[in-house]
Amino acid sequence: MTNSSLVIKNLHVSVSGKPILKGVNLEILPGEVHVVMGPNGSGKSTLSYALMGHPEYEVTEGEVTLDGKDILALPSWQRAQAGLFLCLQHPIEVPGVTLESVLTESARAAGRETSTIKKQMLEEAESIGFEEKFLERPMNVDLSGGEKKRNETLQLGVLGARYAVLDEIDSGLDVDALAAVSQRIQGFTHDQNLGVLAITHFSRLLEVLEPDKIHILNDGCIQLTGGPELVNQLEEEGYQVLLGN
Amino acid sequence: MASSNLEGFTADISKSLSGPNWLSEIRNKAHSDLDQVEAPDTEEEVWRYSRVNELKLSELTPSSKRPENLTSLPIERFSSSSATVVLQDGWISDITIGKEAEEAGVIICPAGDLEDGAKYFGAALEKPVDLFGYLNRAFGPEPLVVVVPQGTVIKDPIVIVSLTDTNEAVFPRIMIHCEDNSEVKVVEIQTSSNVEAVISPVLEVTVGQAARYSHCVVQNLGAETWQFAHQAVDAGKDASAEFYIAGIGGEYVRTRTDCRLTGRGAFSRINAAYFGEDDQTLDFRTFQDHISSDTTSDLLFKGALADSSRSIYSGLTKIRPEASRTRANQTNRNIKLDPEAWAESIPNLEIENNDVVCSHASTVSPVDENELFYIESRGVPTSVAERLILEGFFNEIISSFPVQEVSAILQEAIVGKLDRRTLNQSEQQL
Repeated sequence: MTNSSLVIKNLHVSVSGKPILKGVNLEILPGEVHVVMGPNGSGKSTLSYALMGHPEYEVTEGEVTLDGKDILALPSWQRAQAGLFLCLQHPIEVPGVTLESVLTESARAAGRETSTIKKQMLEEAESIGFEEKFLERPMNVDLSGGEKKRNETLQLGVLGARYAVLDEIDSGLDVDALAAVSQRIQGFTHDQNLGVLAITHFSRLLEVLEPDKIHILNDGCIQLTGGPELVNQLEEEGYQVLLGN
Repeated sequence: MASSNLEGFTADISKSLSGPNWLSEIRNKAHSDLDQVEAPDTEEEVWRYSRVNELKLSELTPSSKRPENLTSLPIERFSSSSATVVLQDGWISDITIGKEAEEAGVIICPAGDLEDGAKYFGAALEKPVDLFGYLNRAFGPEPLVVVVPQGTVIKDPIVIVSLTDTNEAVFPRIMIHCEDNSEVKVVEIQTSSNVEAVISPVLEVTVGQAARYSHCVVQNLGAETWQFAHQAVDAGKDASAEFYIAGIGGEYVRTRTDCRLTGRGAFSRINAAYFGEDDQTLDFRTFQDHISSDTTSDLLFKGALADSSRSIYSGLTKIRPEASRTRANQTNRNIKLDPEAWAESIPNLEIENNDVVCSHASTVSPVDENELFYIESRGVPTSVAERLILEGFFNEIISSFPVQEVSAILQEAIVGKLDRRTLNQSEQQL
């Protein structure tokens, strides 16, 4: 059995004492793209926040290992250092803090070279059509929705994660931005063997990203798993019919 | 009554101070008024949350002699000042005027050197507002006067260092007048050695028509020093008066700032950054008085409180009936870094005119959990992420300071405090 994978076993998560995830199981291998879809309130965002260790999301049961390492015991920053990246649905604005300072401190904590960060940022920005002038701004401040998602993708590129959780990276993106972002992520899966857990409501993200598996999350559990064909079936039938309710 | 606590503040000492006759008369009057002045009390709104009740005035005596030995001064970094002034224990001990300012006719001297020096006394502050104001009048050495002539623009800042090196009560007074259409920046560095002094400085600024005045205060007093400062400014027609305050040192430091927008179209700004640590108390009171129409005031105070430090921000923006088309913003944000730290924020508006745009906002909260999570989720260790957020929080104020050297001093002070914090945290983890 390979040690290289992101394994989520029987994950239970509560928010303010209320159970949201009730036993999620997933295994994502390097280079694989897994898509989690589900109705509003099914627990999709909870899954992403819990994986990254947001303090409001309490794991009450289960385990998560990244390449064999138990990450639930780690603070968020060490999960990131272990190779996990979370692309937020609504990236947070942090006034006064530049992207370069954050990426530099992350590289420093990892013992990586910090002098090349700016160059990497510029290269990544170019590859996804993120305007250079935005790099000077405080984190996400005054960026449009599309620019914020490009910014997240840029960070994924510079940090070089092993597994990325993309929480509705496609929501609110215009066609050009969606193409730029999804092509870049597809490139990471091919060239760097990035494992992806993409949470989405829509199939259009999957026109570029080639999913290996589609999971339907409902009421805190994965209720159905299938191949890419599940997306079409879902679009035709809707969640209720598909899940046999 | 206040006087019963003021045994060391004798009429003889007040009378012994040097200066012109008009100043002696002011001192005499103020000293005789002391009998009627109530001691400040935390029951009063303006002294609520302060530590004035802990002050033992009965154990203090006023500084009554010009100090002889000058301590070394932190002015080397101001390579391009237009003039430097040194006040030691409130006494003027050195004035050096550069060529630019001298040729422009800028006056910087003890008030007694001017025939009309008396007219600057009380120009922005007709009468004292509290006991410390009366004591400043009764026991202040000869005040410093700065006059910037009409139409003159002084590019480099005038740097005033007020150094305290005594355990006595100290009463510096600075009176600045910008004549019409002039422009100047003043940097006031308040510093003290490791003394238990109680300093009550008064600053009066009058800004003439269309004149532009900026004042930066670097409050970097020693850890045992107390201060009760009063700054008062009166801005004339279309004048601009800007105050920038860096609250760094001291044990208990109170800064009261009164901005009077007297002339139509006058503008005032007060930006302050403060960072408390250990058991410091940093206490700010502001009064923005919109007297005339088309006046604007902008106020932004940002503070961080670590350990068991405390801060108070209490501000009143008052819009008088005649002050139509006033715009006023008043914002105070505080980050509470530790459970024992404490910040009080009380912004107030008093509006007597309908045609105004006013806002006020205040927050006291820990470092934003979501901001912290976001930065940590990029692989940045928690303590480093907190530092980045705090540096970013203060950056808005630091970058607004009009004198680069002052921005640098504030930046270094904040970094120094954050370094100590990081060090303490790592020691605690061991």
